[in-house]
Amino acid sequence: MVVAIGLEGSANKLGVGIVRDGEVLSNCRRTYITPPGQGFLPKETAEHHRKHIIPLIKEALEVAKMEPKDIDLVCYTKGPGMGAPLVSVAVVARTIAQLWNKPIVGVNHCIGHIEMGRTITNSDNPTVLYVSGGNTQVIAYSCNRYRIFGETIDIAVGNCLDRFARLVNLSNDPSPGYNIEQAAKKGKKFLQLPYCVKGMDVSFSGILSYIEEKGKPLLKSGEYTVEDLCFSLQETVFAMLVETTERAMAHTGSGDVLLVGGVACNVRLQEMMAQMAKERGGTVYATDERYCIDNGAMIAHAGALLYTSTGKPTPWDETFIRQRYRTDEVEVTWR
Amino acid sequence: MDFPADYQLVKQGAEAKIYKGTFLGRPVIVKERFCKTYRHPELEAMISKERLKAEARGILRCKALGVPAPAVYYVDPDSKLMYLEEIDGSTMKDLFTSLLASDDKDAPDKLKQLSLSIGEAVGKIHAGHLIHGDLTTSNFLRHGFKTYLIDFGLSSVSTLAEDKAVDLYVLERALISTHPGSDQYWTHILASYSKSYPSGSKEVLNKFKEVQSRGRKRTMVG
Repeated sequence: MVVAIGLEGSANKLGVGIVRDGEVLSNCRRTYITPPGQGFLPKETAEHHRKHIIPLIKEALEVAKMEPKDIDLVCYTKGPGMGAPLVSVAVVARTIAQLWNKPIVGVNHCIGHIEMGRTITNSDNPTVLYVSGGNTQVIAYSCNRYRIFGETIDIAVGNCLDRFARLVNLSNDPSPGYNIEQAAKKGKKFLQLPYCVKGMDVSFSGILSYIEEKGKPLLKSGEYTVEDLCFSLQETVFAMLVETTERAMAHTGSGDVLLVGGVACNVRLQEMMAQMAKERGGTVYATDERYCIDNGAMIAHAGALLYTSTGKPTPWDETFIRQRYRTDEVEVTWR
Repeated sequence: MDFPADYQLVKQGAEAKIYKGTFLGRPVIVKERFCKTYRHPELEAMISKERLKAEARGILRCKALGVPAPAVYYVDPDSKLMYLEEIDGSTMKDLFTSLLASDDKDAPDKLKQLSLSIGEAVGKIHAGHLIHGDLTTSNFLRHGFKTYLIDFGLSSVSTLAEDKAVDLYVLERALISTHPGSDQYWTHILASYSKSYPSGSKEVLNKFKEVQSRGRKRTMVG
């Protein structure tokens, strides 16, 4: 039995979670929220993480009713992510590992999402769509790796949504994606946007430029409302994601889909994916915002899997961070 | 034209159902593009129409450029049906999978030959400015000594090196992710690509490196 504490801070969420053999004992989170029209920058985000991480670790221990001596393993996000926020969290992970004299494991953020999703939903071998502010990947498992079948060739879908929200001045609280989703429910009129699928890959940058150029005049003239644009944007980008996922499923011959990452909370995306899977005779597995959005528990869980399967922590001189740590670089020793 | 009831469903792909049957006395493959209910109706109508057109045009252009592709016998735009010549071959996906797993000492040589034929086909269509749009090992059929290209629904015509580079990038990714251990054959594909597209492959391959660095080493956050 391994009790692991996981520290996550690769983007604007700071999370600390404690997990015992896949059972989540605590999963606390603080989000750095910027004013409307602004995104989060590395320096300010790292400052936010530094300010909150110690109280958050205390809170996680308290919720789990544990003391540092009850912890067996310290896990932290090694990458991918923004440099400064990752470093601010890794430093704390290395410090508590030495203070408490515990082994330390560096975890790939994407693998954290996938493994937490598989455990929570009990899905054995799904095709994974990982969609967040920084990642858009269609992933399937084969020969000890999570292999990336499709991916964005420019910006991530969440980044596209965030930047659209900034263009039309939607609030970043609780998240731009959530506010787009709510506004889209009131949208009726469909605006045709560029639809860009290249095999199993997608591209979103053209949509953003198109809205920058054409969207604003349409809003001004009153022809379309912000709600209509939110609706059209969601329908277009999600259709692209569902289509590439379906292509990957047809190519690999798998039937089930697992949705992970911040954008996966979106109920409309889940609905569309479910419709596609139903037509193919498969199932969609999705998690709610506790696990979709970046959190500490998933890092603890993936770290514990890695540690128990190999019996080895990450060597001390490799406990650094990597901003561009790819999903398919990690050897999966636990499946 | 009614869709004959005795046609047999052989495969459900991502976009279409594939049936086998006979048409005017010839064995045919019928590709039925089914409606995607998850898509907004306006978007769905636009996409399915565009792709049916793109497929018919892509096949014609491909054949004209000297790369084998199944002949189009008949297209029914209202019911989104396409009647195609049946090619009795294996997909490169199946061939690669079995050859990569086999102990046969000739396997590496066979794989090399297949890779060269893939590169040649892509080089030829790019030389004629045809972009396939969905190059995966599932979309090459090997019949005898001929390599056929199929599935032109995402095809387009472009002279831009960028579009050709993305086409290659999609193929590289599909090859490596579907067939672990096939990395070495990618160099053969590129070699014969350059050979069959002498006028522009250099520019495309430079662009290809750029596209690669945009995709794989791009900053990943969150």
